[in-house]
Formats: sequence, structure tokens, C-alpha cells
Amino acid sequence: MSKTYYDPTDLRKFGNITEWSEELGAKFFDYYEKVFEEGALTAREKSLIALAVAHTEQCPYCIDAYTKDGLQRGITKEEMMEAVHVGAAIKSGATLVHSVQMMNKVNKLEM
Amino acid sequence: MLKKSLLARNNDLANTQRQLEILSNGIFANGELPTFAKKIKATHQFPLRPKKLEILQLNLGYMCNQVCAHCHVDAGPDRKEIMTKETMQQCLDVIKKTAAHTLDLTGGAPEMNPNFRWFVEEASKAGINDFIVRSNLTIIRANKKYYDLPEFFKKYNIHVVSSMPHWTRGKTDKQRGEGVFKTSIKALQELNAVGYGIPNSALKLDLVYNPSGAFLPGDQLALEKDFKNALNEDFNINFHHLFAITNLPISRFLDYLIASENYEDYMISLIEAYNPTAVENVMCTNTISVSWDGWLYDCDFNQMLHLKVASTIQHISDYNEDLLQDRNIIINQHCYGCTAGAGSSCQGVVAN
Ligand code: SF4
Ligand code: SF4
Repeated sequence: MSKTYYDPTDLRKFGNITEWSEELGAKFFDYYEKVFEEGALTAREKSLIALAVAHTEQCPYCIDAYTKDGLQRGITKEEMMEAVHVGAAIKSGATLVHSVQMMNKVNKLEM
Repeated sequence: MLKKSLLARNNDLANTQRQLEILSNGIFANGELPTFAKKIKATHQFPLRPKKLEILQLNLGYMCNQVCAHCHVDAGPDRKEIMTKETMQQCLDVIKKTAAHTLDLTGGAPEMNPNFRWFVEEASKAGINDFIVRSNLTIIRANKKYYDLPEFFKKYNIHVVSSMPHWTRGKTDKQRGEGVFKTSIKALQELNAVGYGIPNSALKLDLVYNPSGAFLPGDQLALEKDFKNALNEDFNINFHHLFAITNLPISRFLDYLIASENYEDYMISLIEAYNPTAVENVMCTNTISVSWDGWLYDCDFNQMLHLKVASTIQHISDYNEDLLQDRNIIINQHCYGCTAGAGSSCQGVVAN
């Protein structure tokens, strides 16, 4: 067994997941490919969204993959960092907006 | 910023034998990755053979005013290899009788060859269809004696193909624009001013984009669109097409890959993106490359690795197109750079 939970070379083996469930794996990859095609959003915009979500999900494989993808598309460092901030803002906003629930509860319980 | 070539720095990789060893050792020797020969055998494309000859590419010398980090020529101001007038004359004799329709002058900076203008005048008399000069742009602004190059190109209806090393439109790069970027922009504006690159203009101006690091170029058309928008909006610059070219793992780029510990991952990326359709149209199938000293090669990359054509004809002074066309192309692992994704050649992608 590997001594670390994450191994960068595992990303290359991602496709192997079809081996243990061919139908579902193949369906997933078809879907995945379709999602990233040029559509109402450009492939470039999708790449930036993926990068932001990769960070909020804290997936090291996705971060590697979509950083490289961004460079290939000519996306600048500044654009990438702004996208990550969008993800971070939503993450922190989502945390903070729950504090309204805390406030409601306090107000209900306190005399 | 690099100041000197690998050769001037006595770098190990200035030795092409060493480069070939690296390309055959390690991950390729232990079978972890397939060699290029093995890969194209699997799709019955081995041996690689020339098709119709279309392009004669002449390297007028390795001297250059720049020292780009990715340069596969290892060019720079310290390189003294320059094509002589005598070799140029031998090239002219060939140009007059070749079946190739395109003449492609490259370097280094071909304009730095002292006989460059004479040669262009003479070659243009031969009535070539497409006469390309690969200009690095900054040369046009490097010295007063080059300021009139746009007019000179225009006079001989030269098709200008220029490398545009930085294309980011971000604020940082605009501020950083003191060096190459700013000069390139100025040169492009001057080419535009004499009519180059304007929509529908017969004066063709194309740009070449190489990724600035250990990654592959993205979709050529999408990049062209972004490039056009940025250059037009920010600097009012026009050009015709963008060629997205993959960096081949040789010379200074190989040195960079090894030093930055990206070599293996880069080779894996190239192989993962291997496209058998691109093999059909790799550059060596329609090009002959001639070095500054008249030797013949399958392509500019093989020239830089000193891999001469596998033919009884190896020098421009003995040129015989029929004999030359009947040869096997010399391949090695660097060839993966030509077959990744949509493929890569001096004219950009090769498969759609
Ligand atoms: S890449 Fe082109 S411009 Fe840069 S050093 Fe090499 S020959 Fe000169
Ligand atoms: S590197 Fe040269 S020989 Fe190899 S595939 Fe590319 S053009 Fe052909």
C-alpha cells in the first residue's frame, strides 16, 4: 500500500475506474466530456469554473488538472486566482449565512 | 533571463549525442513508456516516409538577437554559424528546379545573415508561390539597419511568420512590457502600417505561439480568437492566423524540462495526447530542411540533433530530389512533440 493518501500519478489511472464497473464508468466519462464541450458557455469559462470548484472541493487531482488546462488555454494567473476567490467567497458566504440560523436559535431560546 | 546559448555555457546538452541519450534512456529504456517507433508501428505507420515535397526550409544561421528559454535551435548572439554566400548559391540552384512550392527561411534570426537581402532578391526571381520568412519581430527594432525590414518584406511579397512570445493581455504584462513584449508590439504595428496582416490583405502576417512552460498548446482556433481580441483591443494590431506550436523536448527546452523536474511529466503528456492522424501529416513528410552549412535533414528539429537524412544524398551540393524523396525519415522520442493533440508543425496544427 502507498504510504500517502494522495499520489499525483494516480490521476493518470483515473480512467481505470471503468474496469470495475464498465457501464457506469463509461457513462460518467461520456457525461464529463460532454459537459466540458463548448456550449452556451465557452470551454474557457468552464475551465475556470472547474478550477474554482476544484479548490472548494479541495481535490488535489482536479487542482493540478485544471491549472494545467488553464495554462494551455492561455488563461492568466490573475484570472485563475480571481476564480479561486470566487469559490472562496461562496464557501465563506455559505458558512456565514448559516449564522443567521444560529442567531434565530439564540433569539428563540434566550429570554 | 538567459544571456548565453547552451553552447557558450558549455552545457552538457550542447552535445546532441547527450540529448539523444536522454531521449532514449530512463522511462523509454525501461519500457515504462513506448518509444515513438513502437507507437507508430502499432498503427502501421512505420517507417515514416516522405510524401510530396512542398516546403524547402533553409536555416540561414543560428545567430539571433534573442536568447529564448524554449529555443530548439539554441540560438543567440554568441552563435557564429551563418550560411555563406556560396551555400546560398547552391540553395538557389536547387530552388530553381525543386518541385516544392514554398520556401521557408528560418534561423536564428535569418535577417542577421549579412547576405539575407541579396538572397531574398535572388530567390524571389525564381518565382516561388509562398515565400516565408520567420521573423522574431524584435529584430525589426534591434538596430537602425533593420528598421526598413517591413518595407523590404513588402517589396518581395514575403509571407511573414512571427513568434509572439507573450500574449497575455493582463495588466502585469502591459507593465512588464519594457522588453520583448513592447518591442514585438511596436514591430507588429509597423508591419500593419505597411499593410501586413490587415484583413484581406495579400501581405500575409501570421503569428506563432509556443507555450511558455511545460504544458501543451490549447486549441489553435480558440487561442487565435483570444489573441486577436486582446491584440486588437489593447494595441489595435491585426494579423491573419495563429499557429500553435508544441515545444519539442530538445535543446534549451529539454534543458529547462530537466532542470525544472518536468521532463517525465511532459513526455507523458505528449504521449497521452498522441494522435495517429497527426502522424500522417507531420512536417517531415513534406519538407526538406537545409542547415547553414548545407547539410540536409528531415526537419529543423532533426537538424538541431544532427540527425542527417538517411539517404545517399546528404548535402545541398549533391541535391537530387528523386533520390532524396526515396528515404526513411529518422525518428526519435522528440517526434512525440509533432503528434500530440492536433499535431504541431511550423504551420501549426496538422490534423483537425
Ligand atoms: S526561439 Fe527564435 S527568437 Fe528565440 S532565440 Fe530561438 S531563434 Fe531566436
Ligand atoms: S521531429 Fe521531425 S522527424 Fe520527428 S515527426 Fe517531427 S518533423 Fe518528423
